[in-house]
Amino acid sequence: MILVKKLIKRFGLKTVLRGLDFRVEPGEFVALLGPNGAGKTTFLRILASLSRPSLGQVTIAGFALPAQVAAVRRRLGVVSHQPLLYDDLTAEENLRFYGRMYNLPNLDERIIEVLEMVGLMARRHDLLRTFSRGMQQRLAIGRAVLHNPQVMLFDEPYTGLDQDASEMLDSVLRNVAAQGRTVVMTSHDLARAEGLASRFDILSRGVIAASASQVSLGQGNLLDFYKGVLSA
Amino acid sequence: MSQLLPPSPDRPGENYFGAVAAVAWKDLTAELRSRELLSAMLIFAMLVILVFNFALELDKKSRETVTAGVLWVTFAFAGTLGLNRSMSVEKDRGCLDGLLLAPVDRSAIYFGKVISNLAFMLIVEVIVLPIYSVLYSVNLFNPGLLSVILLGSLGYVAVGTLLATMAVQTRTRDVLLPILLFPVVIPVLVSAVQASKGFLAGLEMSEIMPWLNLLIVYDVIFIAAAFMTFDYVVEE
Repeated sequence: MILVKKLIKRFGLKTVLRGLDFRVEPGEFVALLGPNGAGKTTFLRILASLSRPSLGQVTIAGFALPAQVAAVRRRLGVVSHQPLLYDDLTAEENLRFYGRMYNLPNLDERIIEVLEMVGLMARRHDLLRTFSRGMQQRLAIGRAVLHNPQVMLFDEPYTGLDQDASEMLDSVLRNVAAQGRTVVMTSHDLARAEGLASRFDILSRGVIAASASQVSLGQGNLLDFYKGVLSA
Repeated sequence: MSQLLPPSPDRPGENYFGAVAAVAWKDLTAELRSRELLSAMLIFAMLVILVFNFALELDKKSRETVTAGVLWVTFAFAGTLGLNRSMSVEKDRGCLDGLLLAPVDRSAIYFGKVISNLAFMLIVEVIVLPIYSVLYSVNLFNPGLLSVILLGSLGYVAVGTLLATMAVQTRTRDVLLPILLFPVVIPVLVSAVQASKGFLAGLEMSEIMPWLNLLIVYDVIFIAAAFMTFDYVVEE
């Protein structure tokens, strides 16, 4: 579903990604872990078509970036630590706006379906500015799944959420993955990532330094694995 | 719970005008609700007019000669404020990324923003003109002058939206936009001031037409240049 070969990204003289190789099969949930400055967000922005690679190949759902960018964007949903939503629009208006940008058919029904999925149907006519951080993040997920993407990218989705909001987000994320979507999520919260992902990739110094599946690693061993890779 | 459906077919260009309308609708709806941008532009425009009125202490004849210049300085200053704010809203909450993720040609985002920014500027101008008329005792309700205001505002917003998109991605965005914008927009402002002056002085159309033509040409050039370069401006 996602295939990345020898990806290099430079910002001026600074090289952030150094020949990164990455592969995700359809339906996989991959947690991309790593210290600050490892290049996780840069990598996710390249996958999201928001940033161009300096060198290397990126293919998503069989479409190459940047050549077939519109086809990739149609199949991609992105959630970051910012909600990418407008404070002065209601929940429904925010979804309607993005639905129109994606030219979705039967938009009214789809908006209701998504609002029910993220548990915000009762607040559909309320302005986003009146929402808590957790509710905004749930609506952000609703925005990202509105066009039924095959691939979902989550960049630190738990940033700024309290315990209750994080647990609510866990259940929404599980629902998103249970629908057969391919998910890549960056996170510093190893415990949360361990409870959700089927594979863990550790990004360090601009390359994938190690990769392990949930099955091969076993429950409760992610922290040791992570520390071991980074100290090597 | 919805099941994963195949994506809608890829039909590039099919949604172009829908996306332009969606961006403009979103900006107008949000602004009509908050009125943050319009109120800031209006208050600023009023202050500029008042400052000129008291600072220059003009007699009737002088007022007629400076009207075009004062009007366009007011529109340009207030417009800069609006352009900056319009793009800051997109950047501060990461919404620009949300727009760029949509599977539409990025120039559709540009044209949507141009429509909403032009609407904001025209609303401010519609309110400022009668107040200016009263304060300076000058009749501004001249169809020719109104058409110059429309064309001048279009040119200003066309290049301003592009440069505001560029400036908003820097740390010094508040000061960078006027520094980038005013040198570039000089041809539009000069031709708008001269054409406005011509209409207010009651000159023959043959004397005004060269300025009006220049204004139209610059509008077309700026819109075409922005259409071709917007994708590169927002590219990381």
